[in-house]
Amino acid sequence: MSSEAALWPFIVYFLAVLALVATMLGLSWLLGQRRANQATNLPFESGVLSVGTPQIHFAVEFYLIAIFFVIFDLETVFIFAWAVAFFELGWEGFLAVGLFIFILTIALIYEWRSGALDWGQKTRTGWKPER
Amino acid sequence: MSPLATALFGLAVLAGAVGLAAILTWFERRLLGVWQDRYGPNRLGPLGILQVVADMLKLLTKHDWVPPFADRVVFVFAPTAIVVAMLLGFAVVPFGEHLYLLDLNIGLLFFLGMTSLAVYSVLLGGLASNNKYALLGGLRSAAQMVSYEVFMGLSLMGVVMLTGSFSLRDIVLAQQDLWFCIPQVLGLYVFLVAGIAESHRLPFDLPEAEHELTAGFHTEYGGMKFAMFMLGEYLGLILICCMITTVFFGGWLGPWLPGPVWFALKTSLLICFFVLLRAAIPRPRYDQLMSLGWKYMLPLSLFNLVLTGAIALWLRGA
Repeated sequence: MSSEAALWPFIVYFLAVLALVATMLGLSWLLGQRRANQATNLPFESGVLSVGTPQIHFAVEFYLIAIFFVIFDLETVFIFAWAVAFFELGWEGFLAVGLFIFILTIALIYEWRSGALDWGQKTRTGWKPER
Repeated sequence: MSPLATALFGLAVLAGAVGLAAILTWFERRLLGVWQDRYGPNRLGPLGILQVVADMLKLLTKHDWVPPFADRVVFVFAPTAIVVAMLLGFAVVPFGEHLYLLDLNIGLLFFLGMTSLAVYSVLLGGLASNNKYALLGGLRSAAQMVSYEVFMGLSLMGVVMLTGSFSLRDIVLAQQDLWFCIPQVLGLYVFLVAGIAESHRLPFDLPEAEHELTAGFHTEYGGMKFAMFMLGEYLGLILICCMITTVFFGGWLGPWLPGPVWFALKTSLLICFFVLLRAAIPRPRYDQLMSLGWKYMLPLSLFNLVLTGAIALWLRGA
């Protein structure tokens, strides 16, 4: 199904969605009240004046999650390609993908054992449980 | 369908989705009220349903504020992105046998792609706000959504294996004899958990983190732009429920009643179930949430694939 005749309802729908979003933003801009207090243009920080920049260092776990996402999402792409042709490939394909999943499970176990999946204080020798 | 009817149907899907999301804000509060032995909003109109209109008017007349310290373009773009992405997801949902906007042969992938786009909205909203709470909330929710996305796709692959197609219509038609919620019960479980986390609903609404980060990524948002984040969240909830119905509960299939009625019934029951989850289950801590995903849900979805493959091939061979 890739003929243009069947695609145009989607294009109409897409344009309607864009129109709806634009209307919502435009209406609130038109109808909204305007006010300016002493504190209107300050960043919200629970009533305390903001100190320093918000561009702060953040925990290394976030980088790790991003890397894991890349690794495992690539894995899922290969599995997608296998799943859609599952019965045609039969046992042979199943064994190949089984091996693939097995290797990735080892990788997951390695990550787990090295403490990369635990959030908390990390040291050079590994994860130190706080609890 | 004639071109005019198709165009009208597209507009009806749009109005239906947005209207349902708006009504859901009231319905959820009423239902939570019932479960917590209190009334919920019941003053305006019959059963309080006009509360939706009142809320909308209030949000429309609030100051349409863009912080001077924020990245203005990205700040406005972020809430629109989630609404557009979620609404586009509805294009591939088959509401009935011949009732759909777009019958893509990769419908399931299109749905996964659209839900993944929501992460941009959350992350960009948090980054563009230039606020410490918003940045922390944005980072957290991006990490959460990205983690749960991995096995959200994997949990659906069991169904794809049994159907041999990514087309949602084919998936429903393959459930004539048996709904996939029985052979794919593990997949259903993983997809349900991932769906809750992806649409950041309670108990996995850590991105909002009202107890520690005021409002997470949308701390600096107010008025209609805040409402658009909320709209996106409710649309996501409805979309996930539609998708669970389609993939695991036989979509429009059912005896006696016409297909779209069955579809609506199943989807509404699932929505009630999602609200019940909110009423019944406490939040986990953020580190618990992340380790649940990577340590238990990901291996479980891989195990489901291997198990499904072995059993299906064995039954085919026997």
